[in-house]
Amino acid sequence: MGKQSTVPFGPQHPVLPEPVHLDLVMEDEKILKAIPSIGFVHRGLESLIEKKDYQEMVYVVERTCGICSFMHGMGYCEAVEHIMNLEVPKRARFLRTIWCEMSRIHSHLLWLGLLADAFGFESLFYQAWRMREKILDCFEMTTGGRVIFSVNTIGGVLKDMEPDHIKAILGAIEWIEGELKVIRRTFLFDATVETRLKGVGVLSKEEAHDLGCVGPFGRASGLKVDTRKRGYAAYPEIDFEPVTSTVGDCFARCDVRINEVFQSIDIIRQAVAKLPEEKDLNVPVKPVDTPLGEYFMRVEQPRGEACYYVKGNGTKLLDRLRIRTPTFANIPGMLKTLEGADYADVPILILTIDPCISCTER
Amino acid sequence: MGKVKKSPWVIHYDGASCNGCDIEVLACLTPVYDAERFGVVNTGDPMQADILLLTGGINAQCEPVVKQIYDQMPRPKVVVAVGTCACTGGVFKDAYNILGGADKVVPVDIYVPGCAARPQSIIDGIVQAVELFQKRSDIHDQRVKQGVSEAELAAASKEAGKKEGEN
Repeated sequence: MGKQSTVPFGPQHPVLPEPVHLDLVMEDEKILKAIPSIGFVHRGLESLIEKKDYQEMVYVVERTCGICSFMHGMGYCEAVEHIMNLEVPKRARFLRTIWCEMSRIHSHLLWLGLLADAFGFESLFYQAWRMREKILDCFEMTTGGRVIFSVNTIGGVLKDMEPDHIKAILGAIEWIEGELKVIRRTFLFDATVETRLKGVGVLSKEEAHDLGCVGPFGRASGLKVDTRKRGYAAYPEIDFEPVTSTVGDCFARCDVRINEVFQSIDIIRQAVAKLPEEKDLNVPVKPVDTPLGEYFMRVEQPRGEACYYVKGNGTKLLDRLRIRTPTFANIPGMLKTLEGADYADVPILILTIDPCISCTER
Repeated sequence: MGKVKKSPWVIHYDGASCNGCDIEVLACLTPVYDAERFGVVNTGDPMQADILLLTGGINAQCEPVVKQIYDQMPRPKVVVAVGTCACTGGVFKDAYNILGGADKVVPVDIYVPGCAARPQSIIDGIVQAVELFQKRSDIHDQRVKQGVSEAELAAASKEAGKKEGEN
């Protein structure tokens, strides 16, 4: 039995591009307890509804996070559309689905790169990020922005995809599919990667359920949760099954995310095949129309389920906006996996929930 | 970009940004953009860094951390504000917790606008920072040779930050 000591982790840390602070109570090399302290990225985004009207807020909500920016905007828009009873054109719903899945691919590739960087495999990090650039090029071509592309609006989307764009997207995902099959071998069958990931941070199905884990983190432990199955955008018309694993360690989380990239590629192909021809991409909103009522919208983001609570009072300014992000739900699970872990595994354990601190703190 | 004698090291800190600029800063280091060809290396240690890349509008909790990182960096140092939020506060300017720009906390030398700032413009900012660092480091070396005291060097470094920050 050694002496207890507390080691601070962060807020500025080479492994994470974002600031989060953990106090690790340790005994020798083992972690007894991890105490998080957050608030380094809190901007007070939700309170901006007092100053900006509900249509301007789309641009603020999109900037909750720079990685899943499109899905944040979409979740907020769908919530307001439900309150105002707006019928979104079918083509706009399919376009939203395509952009959503492209965001998921880019987010998961980004995560795979960061994971490789965390266990010190730098060339693998570069490979993952090189593939991700193809998706960003497609975003730039279709919307004009690389990471934040304010293309959502209340009532639909602002930009259309030309046949050329769709051809380029299909080409890009086919290329990514081929490349990912190559680097998948390194992620899943390389001895060094296996030693770092297998059996590290095991979370059982019961624990994951009790701690409320969502997204790939919960699915890797065997929870079959996927909000896309509940149906929003064009997901009811698309055939897919949530990717799950039963092991619940870091390796399973990596495996689930790689398989989800393949699933997203499949969903994009289905959506493109069913994409209806339509001229109008958004229903016009009259200036006299204002949201009155409340709605609770759930969206599956790359990191898990995000909830948007919107309450309107019949004026241009909303009463309340509340965003519950997936990382927030996954933090209790992460702290559970940290207990009893080795100090050297801390970066990997934090990364496997795919933390998005700017989402969490808004 | 002229001839540079030193390879400055870069440190990046996220001061309440939305993550968009941060992933673009990281994207600059990937093979597609490769900022390292200009001689810069990304480091996690402020004591070995010469150029500080700041993103986000800086909130109350981040303020002491940013100040600490800035103070820990050896002289001479250059600060680059990446993204609209770091320049002015951007879309979050009205939010209650945002101080409104990196220059409210530390003297900023180079402003890179954009939401999110594109890798091309971030690289342009880094290249300008490398040049500025070279200039400052020449002056600093000269002063050290002349035998200027440590306190005077600190004052001069502060002054340089203030003056060029206004431009």
